[in-house]
Amino acid sequence: MRIECPFCGPRDASEFAYYGDAKRRPETSGSDVSRQLYEAVYLRDNPAGRHEDLWYHGGGCRSWLRVTRDTRTHEIFGATFAAGEPS
Amino acid sequence: MSAAASYMKPRRLPKGGLIDRSRPLNFTFDGERYHGYAGDTLASALLGNGIKLVGRSFKYHRPRGILTAGSEEPNALVELRSGARREPNTRATIVELFDGLEAQSQNRWPSLKFDVGAVNSVLSPFFAAGFYYKTFMWPASFWERVYEPAIRRAAGLGRASPEADPDIYEKLYAFCDVLVIGGGAAGLAAALSAGRSGARVILCDEDYVLGGRLNGDNREIGGESGSAWAHHASLSLDALSNVRVLRRTTVFGVYDGGTYGAVERVSDHLLVPASHQPRQRLWKIVAKRAVLATGAIERHIVFGGNDRPGVMMASAVRTYLNRFAVPAGRRAAIFTGCDDAWATAFDLLGSGIPVEIIIDMRTEIDSRLTEKASRLGIRTVAGARVLTTRGSQDLKTISVRTADGQTSDIEVDLLAMSGGWTPNLALATHLGSRPSWSDTLAGFVLNTPPRGMTVAGAAQGSFALADTLREGDAAGAAAAEAAGGAVQNHPLPQADDEHISSKPFWYVAESRSKAFVDFQHDVTSNDIALAAREGFQSVELLKRYTTLGMATDQGKTSNINGHALMAQITGRRMSQVGTTVFRPPYTPVAIGALAGHHRGPAFKPTRLTAGHRWAEECGATFVEAGQWLRAQWFARPGETHWLTTVSREVREVRGKIGVCDVSTLGKIDVQGNDAGAFLDRVYVNMFSTLPIGKVRYGLMLREDGLVMDDGTAARFAADHYVVSTTTANAGKVMQHLEHARQVLRPELDVQLVSVTEQWSQYSIAGPHSRLLLARLLGDAADISDTALPYLGCIEFSWCNVPARLFRVSFSGELAYELAVPAQFGDATIRAMMEAGRELGIVPYGTEALGVMRIEKGHVASNELNGMTTATDLGLGRMMSRKKDFIGRVLAMRPGLADPERPALIGIKPAARTARLHAGAHFLAVGAKPNMGNDQGYVTSVAFSPMLEHWIGLGLIKNGPARIGEIVRAYDPVRNRDTEVEIVSPIFFDPEGTRLHG
Repeated sequence: MRIECPFCGPRDASEFAYYGDAKRRPETSGSDVSRQLYEAVYLRDNPAGRHEDLWYHGGGCRSWLRVTRDTRTHEIFGATFAAGEPS
Repeated sequence: MSAAASYMKPRRLPKGGLIDRSRPLNFTFDGERYHGYAGDTLASALLGNGIKLVGRSFKYHRPRGILTAGSEEPNALVELRSGARREPNTRATIVELFDGLEAQSQNRWPSLKFDVGAVNSVLSPFFAAGFYYKTFMWPASFWERVYEPAIRRAAGLGRASPEADPDIYEKLYAFCDVLVIGGGAAGLAAALSAGRSGARVILCDEDYVLGGRLNGDNREIGGESGSAWAHHASLSLDALSNVRVLRRTTVFGVYDGGTYGAVERVSDHLLVPASHQPRQRLWKIVAKRAVLATGAIERHIVFGGNDRPGVMMASAVRTYLNRFAVPAGRRAAIFTGCDDAWATAFDLLGSGIPVEIIIDMRTEIDSRLTEKASRLGIRTVAGARVLTTRGSQDLKTISVRTADGQTSDIEVDLLAMSGGWTPNLALATHLGSRPSWSDTLAGFVLNTPPRGMTVAGAAQGSFALADTLREGDAAGAAAAEAAGGAVQNHPLPQADDEHISSKPFWYVAESRSKAFVDFQHDVTSNDIALAAREGFQSVELLKRYTTLGMATDQGKTSNINGHALMAQITGRRMSQVGTTVFRPPYTPVAIGALAGHHRGPAFKPTRLTAGHRWAEECGATFVEAGQWLRAQWFARPGETHWLTTVSREVREVRGKIGVCDVSTLGKIDVQGNDAGAFLDRVYVNMFSTLPIGKVRYGLMLREDGLVMDDGTAARFAADHYVVSTTTANAGKVMQHLEHARQVLRPELDVQLVSVTEQWSQYSIAGPHSRLLLARLLGDAADISDTALPYLGCIEFSWCNVPARLFRVSFSGELAYELAVPAQFGDATIRAMMEAGRELGIVPYGTEALGVMRIEKGHVASNELNGMTTATDLGLGRMMSRKKDFIGRVLAMRPGLADPERPALIGIKPAARTARLHAGAHFLAVGAKPNMGNDQGYVTSVAFSPMLEHWIGLGLIKNGPARIGEIVRAYDPVRNRDTEVEIVSPIFFDPEGTRLHG
């Protein structure tokens, strides 16, 4: 599998560490925060099809990337910086 | 002339073939000497010497010969070479002959011709499909002791060498626009058209001569022979600088994103690899487009005795004849349902080999073929079939039933069979594409190949040579164009005419003797029928119940026949039965090739600190800490036990002074206006309030609230901190901090960089440490207690080298850590030892460091084990209530906040002379040892030279409330049961007075 790192270009998947669902973490204040955080850490969705994952390019530029991937075919549709585009 | 001598008489034709008669090669098979020629495979050389019997079958130990002339060979598996280079289960049909080759037949005892295991054939009713599951059910204890060893001895293939492989293997990455898999007619045409467009092309072919079937068949392209055309095409490809041709290279796997695995047999055709050359090379090829031109595999026919040596694939007979100038027999018959195999008869006759009969299962045959046969004097029978074969170890007679029901025996020693051709789509299915049945082609074809792949030629079901060339050419051009190449038009060579009509025919129902479907796993037509009767009718169940297609050949020749039989038995169509798909590797790949250079000491990188050579000179014993090597202790002459050395090191540090290399600890440089706010976020305690010039101990939690790592952060400026991590977690903490920075808090102005390798850092501990630093640093830094109090840090220039000094202590002594750029690490430690000589300085290792931290009750990786909370470790009060931090919310979950959770305590043996062991579990005195009574466990132990007895740290329920209580440290694994006293985890200098020196 290959991931197109927006900084390094297309690189082999072995350079990246997989993290999981790229959904934003809930805010850590508020009434329901404990349940929301629990679900974010333990109850991640694993849909069949298009999914946004977080990957860490530890063997490259150390960027955290938001990667759009088809979980059935491993097709990679694209990757963006998790921190947003550098200004 | 004796029978044996005539049997062994060489059979090579006087001329022809792609062999070099000027280069004879010697080889042995089962110890007997033979010779062949350069260009031979082991199989062609064996046949050339009249050897037909080459192995015994897996289950029934049936005599087996050579069935095919390619990598799909199920029968002719041999052991190659001897000693450390012995290699089992190599296919004689693709082993390139070299001078001095040694081959051994497999799975026979005491000899190939007389094999005791053949009794299994008589016992075959007990070895039918599913016999493992049915026969050996009872008694259960017999399985491990009796059945399995017996089965493993009786059934099996070759033996691997028990010695280490003496050869080297390497790995390479390659990138290209177009990867062409297969160097037959379609592949060559594809590589030529893609290569001429300027695209970067890689062509892989498993053979050592390009051409595929063109070398085995008697064909013409553009006025020259097929093999000559292939040779000229390969020369044209070699001349193109943008084309790389990899011969002897099998593409064995197709992976996501246009990645392909291939293994190149660099030196397999040599006795030993040339010096510095690898035996094999693993290629990871990344291709924008791929053309799959893997051709087709000829199907055998399932009939009685179809496994007898002398029964071969019709195409293989042509290959041995045309490519190797070896007639596979002296008197031949053909058994077929397709036009293609008639060429075998014509080729044999053309070489002077009599063809007794062509038995065609079809009732209607192209008159041009029958007329040609009759012109040549070959008897042909339509609508007929072979019922069985006879002969002890090789073919003597076949029994033929004609359309009118008459049965007659015909004496032949070669039967060339063909049940048609199956497109070879194994690689195309690696990513999950499922082929579908085509009635017109009588085979499975692929409608949706994997992304980026085009299938061309016979692999796509285009069996006519003209179509194959045209499709290959078009696929190569299209792939090059899609990858950005500019396609040039060029004329396509003209192929001669041929007959390719075929009628699928799978098995002879009238056969009464064993009819093999899967030769390598000894699956017969009866096994398929049994599976059908017992309900294992889906192809996936059929495969697992009968082991059809599960041998090392992955059922390349057998799967489709098995599926067709199942279809016929259950009254379904092929399209309903379907087919199984393949997994990598396409053909077996040596583990050595996959490992490459990563074996022995090179299995993983070894990281050495700048002071490593100095430590070696001091006699250090090293220990692996992740990839690092760290000095464990420094034995002095006369010290015979490590504990003596370690205890001495501890006493000398606590009595005078010692130095320890702590460069392996992770160091992360944190800079930016929001550096303090960022650290507040990742540590449980506050760092934005840390004054400049100060160091603070910090604890990090994971998102789930458990402890991740500990360390210190030193503040050198308002916007500059240096964070330390444990050696083991350096990489993980870096990833965690980057996650916090980029994903959780991208709005913060902060940058991180790992500087672990950039700095050498030494811990100087003991009452004389300030004295040593004063001598070492001179005027470079003010290290008075006022200028540099406990938990202070300074930056200064020392001999024009930027240096940092931290007053931190892991040992509980007056201690410092001196950091210098790594290129000065070696000089610094030598200067330090010189400056401290009169003070009695000693180097100490990780063991003494560990003893001293246990004496002080400091937690380390034994306690930071991924299951402990801050409160468990007695560090709960560090968790700030004034701010948010990673892990805060989930650390408050009831299970993690439970006051009864095992928490950190110290232990001493109740009988002070007793030894303690880590890993023991705590039980109340008198309690039964069971999980219900488990109260916690011992995490770390050490012999304390200061207290002169063993001490330990552990986690026990309600820990801190139980000081003074006696419990048991129970270790059923090592059969130990020791009474221990629960004490404070701080054993030595509990007031901390030594720290302030």
